[in-house]
Amino acid sequence: MKLTTLLASAAVALGLAGGAYADGHEKTKVGFVFVGPIGDGGWTYEHNKGRLAVEEALGDAVETVYVENVAEGPDSERVMTQMALDGADLIFTTSFGYMDPTINIAAKFPDVKFEHATGYKRADNVSTYSARFYEGRAIQGHIAGKMTKSNIIGYIASYPIPEVIRGINAAYIHAAKVNPDVEFKIIWAYTWFDPAKEADAARALIEQGADVVLQHTDSTAPQAAAQEAGNVVTFGQASDMGQYAPFPRVSSIIDDWAPYYIARTKAVIDGTWESTDTWDGIGPGMVGIGEISDAVPADVKEEALAMKAAIADGSYHPFTGPLKKQDGSDWLADGEVADDGTLAGMNFYVEGLTGEIPQ
Amino acid sequence: MDLSVINPILLIAALMSAATPILLAATGELVVERAGVLNLGVEGMMILGAICGFAIAVETGSPLTGFLAAAVGGAMLSLLFALLTQVALANQVASGLALTLFGLGLSALLGQGYVGIKPPRMPDINFGFLSDIPVVGPILFSHDPVLYFGLLLVAAVWVTLKFTRVGLILRAVGENHDAAHALGYKVVRIRTLAIMFGGACAGMGGAYISLIRVPQWTEGMTAGVGWIALALVVFASWKPWRVLLGAYLFGGITQLQLNLQGAGVAIPVEYLAMSPYIITIVVLVILSADKSAAPGSLGRTFHASH
Amino acid sequence: MIWLEKRPQPSRFFAYVTPLLAVFATFLFGGLLFAALGKDPVQSIVTIFWEPLFGEFAFYYRPQLLIKGAPLVLIAIGLSLGFKAGVWNIGAEGQYIMGALFGAGMGLAFYPAESVLIFPAMVLAGAFGGWIWAMIPALLKVRFGTNEILVSLMLVYVAEQLLASMSLGLLKNPEGFGFPGSRNLQQYDSAHNAEIIAGSGMHWGVVAALIAVIFAYVLLTRHRLGFAVRVTGEAPRAARFAGVNPGRLVLFCLGTSGMLAGLAGLFEVAGPAGQVSIDFNVGYGFTAIIVAFLGRLHPVGIVLAGLLMALTYIGGDIAQSQLGLPAAAIQVFQGMLLFFLLALDLFTNYRLRFGRAETV
Repeated sequence: MKLTTLLASAAVALGLAGGAYADGHEKTKVGFVFVGPIGDGGWTYEHNKGRLAVEEALGDAVETVYVENVAEGPDSERVMTQMALDGADLIFTTSFGYMDPTINIAAKFPDVKFEHATGYKRADNVSTYSARFYEGRAIQGHIAGKMTKSNIIGYIASYPIPEVIRGINAAYIHAAKVNPDVEFKIIWAYTWFDPAKEADAARALIEQGADVVLQHTDSTAPQAAAQEAGNVVTFGQASDMGQYAPFPRVSSIIDDWAPYYIARTKAVIDGTWESTDTWDGIGPGMVGIGEISDAVPADVKEEALAMKAAIADGSYHPFTGPLKKQDGSDWLADGEVADDGTLAGMNFYVEGLTGEIPQ
Repeated sequence: MDLSVINPILLIAALMSAATPILLAATGELVVERAGVLNLGVEGMMILGAICGFAIAVETGSPLTGFLAAAVGGAMLSLLFALLTQVALANQVASGLALTLFGLGLSALLGQGYVGIKPPRMPDINFGFLSDIPVVGPILFSHDPVLYFGLLLVAAVWVTLKFTRVGLILRAVGENHDAAHALGYKVVRIRTLAIMFGGACAGMGGAYISLIRVPQWTEGMTAGVGWIALALVVFASWKPWRVLLGAYLFGGITQLQLNLQGAGVAIPVEYLAMSPYIITIVVLVILSADKSAAPGSLGRTFHASH
Repeated sequence: MIWLEKRPQPSRFFAYVTPLLAVFATFLFGGLLFAALGKDPVQSIVTIFWEPLFGEFAFYYRPQLLIKGAPLVLIAIGLSLGFKAGVWNIGAEGQYIMGALFGAGMGLAFYPAESVLIFPAMVLAGAFGGWIWAMIPALLKVRFGTNEILVSLMLVYVAEQLLASMSLGLLKNPEGFGFPGSRNLQQYDSAHNAEIIAGSGMHWGVVAALIAVIFAYVLLTRHRLGFAVRVTGEAPRAARFAGVNPGRLVLFCLGTSGMLAGLAGLFEVAGPAGQVSIDFNVGYGFTAIIVAFLGRLHPVGIVLAGLLMALTYIGGDIAQSQLGLPAAAIQVFQGMLLFFLLALDLFTNYRLRFGRAETV
C-alpha cells in the first residue's frame, strides 16, 4: 500500500518511529477522539473530564488534544491519522463505532498506542477498555426494588445492544430479589440523546404508574420529569446529576475514566504500555456510585453500600446463579457466576422480565 | 399487554405540552411563508432561542424574562436571514440551511458555561377549582402559561391574517409581490418584519424545550424539531388552525407510541418510532385533495425594479 | 441613496470575483471570532485553509478532500437538476441511507462468496434503493399533488429508523458478539469499494461523481431534457406549451437525484465507511443542498463548492486538534462563509447605483 509507505516514511521523517521522544517533543502527546460535543453533559462530557484529569495529574509531562463531534467512519480515520501525524503518542477513541477505524489506523502507525472504548478488537498497539456499569445497575435495582410502592419500575432504554440489556437484567435481578412483585416497564427510545423524547418517555412511564424511573440515556430530562411528578425516584446516569439530589435523584452511576486515563498515559511515559483488555467496575473506580441521598431509608442505604463493598472487593458478582433466562431455560446454576463472554454479548432477558427485546 | 394502564386524559395533557415547541415555531413560520418567504432556518433559530432563554432565565432567575430573551435571540438571528434574502437577494433555501448551521454553532459557543445547570422552574397557572373538574380540568387547566400563549398565538395569527388589514397586506405580499409593490406596499419591510416574527416564535419554541419540557441545556438539544415544524406548515396548507391540529396529531402519535411500549404492546419498536412520520405522510396525501395552494410568491426573490 | 439595478446579463467578472471576496470577508470576520475566543486568528485561518492543501501532510489530506467531497458532489448534482426545475427534493439524506442499505444488503447476501459480479450488483442495488425511496414522493406528487418537500423530508426520518433497525437486526454482523453494525465490507474483497490507486483517494464514488458532473453538464447544455428542466424552472406555463410533460419531469428529477444519492450511500458504505451502523449517515444529504446552491446549480460550480465544503471540514478538524478550537466555532465559521458567498453573489446579477432611483 502506497499510503502506508508514505505515512510510515512521514513518521520516520518526524522521528516518530524511534520512540516517543525521539522527535524531540518533550511532552507525551495524548489525543482524544470524541463522538459528541464535550458539552453533552453525558458520555463525551465525562470522557473530557478524564482528559482534563490527565492534564492536571501529569502537568507539564503531557499535552492533550481532542476533536469533538467526530462521525464514526472515514471522518474518525482522518482525525486519528491527523493526530498520529501531529505526533500523538497515545490516542483514546471513545465510541464503539470507532472500532474498525482504530484498528485500520493503528496498523499504519505501529509506534502510536491506541485505546478503544467499549470494543472487542485489539492489536499489538490497540487496547480496549470498558466499564462494568451493570455493577452500578445492580445497586440501583436493589434501591429501586425497596423504594417502589406501586411495584412498577420504569426503564428508559436506548438501543437493544448487549450493554443496555445487561443493565436491565442486572437491575431487574436485584429489584426482584428484594421485591418479588416488582414489574419492569421498558421503553426503547432508539436514541442515545434526545432530551425531549427522554422527557416524554419518562412521563409516559410515570403516567402508567411507575414510581421509580431508571434511565440508560444521558440527559437529565427524565430527572426533571420525575421532579415535576413529585413522588418518583430516579438515578443519575453517566454523570452524577447532583443538581436533582436529594430527591428525585437518590443515587447515580458515574462514568469515571480519569484513573484509567492517567494510568495508561503514565504507562506510555514510563514505556511500560502493553496491549490489554480492561473491563473495570466499582473496584478500580471506573464505575462510580454517586452519593446515596437521605431520601433513601437508612437500612436500604446500608444494604446498598454493603453490596457496593462486596462487588468492589470481588466477593459478590451481580450475575450469580441460580438464574434462568426469560424463556425458563437454565442459565446459571446455584452459585455459578456469569462469564465475561456471555455478559459481553448478552442478548436475552432473565426470567421474570416481560416483553421482547426488539430486533 | 395491558392497554388500560394508558390514561387518555393524561395522554392528551402530555401531548399538548409535547406539541407546544413545534406549535410555536410552526405558527411563526406560517406567517413568514404567508409573506412569501421560505425560511428553512427554523432549527437554527430554535436552538439559539433555547440557549438565550436558558442563559437569561438562569442569570435573572425569571423564566418569563428567559422567554423574552429567547424571542429576541431568535428574532436577531432571523434578521441575519432577512439581510441575506431581502437586502442581498440571496437564495432562500440555501440561506435558511446556512442559518441552521450557524445557529447550531453559535448556540453551542454561547452555551459552554451552562451545561449541567438546572434552570428556574416556570410554575403552572393556578386555575383554582377549574383544575379539579374531572376530565376537562387536567386536560385544559393544568399547564404552564407559555402553552396557553401558544394557543392564543394561533388564534391571533388566524384573526390577523383573516380579518385585519395587516393580514391582508401580508397575504398580498406573499401572493404576488410585484402587484403588492405596485400598490405601494413596502414589500421588503413587511417581509423583514414577518421574518423577525417567525424568528421570535421559533426562539420561544426552542426555549420551551430548554426551560419547560426538558429542562436543561445541552448542545443540539432541539434534535430536529425545527424540521418537523417546517413540515407542519406545509402539512397545514398554510392555515393556522391546521397547524394546531397537525402539531397535536404529531405530538399525539409520538406520545402514543411511547405509551404503547410502556404497556407492553408487541409491535416492533422501530416501526412504532417511524409511525409519526408515516402517518404524517398519509394524512398529507389525504389532505392534498384540498387544492389550497402555497402562497404565490413563496421562496421567490423580490427586487423592486422588476 | 444607494439602490440596486438588475444587470441585463449576469456579470462574468463578478461571478469569478465574488467567491474570492466572500472568502476574504470570512477571513476577516472569522478571524475576529477566533480572536474573541483567544486564538491566533491568522494561525487559525491558515490551519483551516492552508494546512490540508499545502501543509506538511498535504499528501494525506488532498486525497481526503476527494473522499469527503465526492458524496457531496454526487448528491448535489442530482439535486441541482430538480432545483432548476422547481422540484424540491429535501430528502437526499434518506435516499443516501436507503442506497447504502440496499447496496450493502446485496453484497452481504452473497457473503462469503467471491465474484467480480458482486460489486456491480451492489452498485445497481444501491442506485435502485435511492431511486425507489425518491419515487415515493415523486409518485405521490404526480398522482395526488402531495408536496414533495414534506414527504421527502419525512422519509429521511423513516430511513433513519430503518437504518437503526437493520444495524441491530437483519444486517447485524453474526460474528460481532451482539454489538450493532454489519460486517465490514472493507474486509470482504468482492464487495469492497477500494481505492483504484491506493493512497489517491480515488474510489469508485469519486469516478461516479465525475461522470455525473459531465452527464449533468451535457444534459443541461445539449439535450432536450435539459432544456425542459430549465424552462420548467424558469417559466412553468411556457414549458407546458413547449410540450414538456410536468409529471414525467418530476419523476425524472426526483428519480435521478434519488439514484445519485443512493449511489453515494452505496460507495460510502462499501468503501470509506465500510459498514452499516446506526450512525452511518452524517448529513451529506443536507449539506449537499447547500453545495448545490453554492455551486449556483451549475455542474462545475458544484464541484468547486463540494471541494470547498470538504476543505472546511477537514481543516476544521485539524484546527480543533492543533489549536483547541471548539467544533462549534468551526460551525459558526462555516456558516459565515456560506452567508458571505450567498450574499455577495448579489453583485453578479445587480449593480450598485448611487443617487435617486427613478420612480417607475
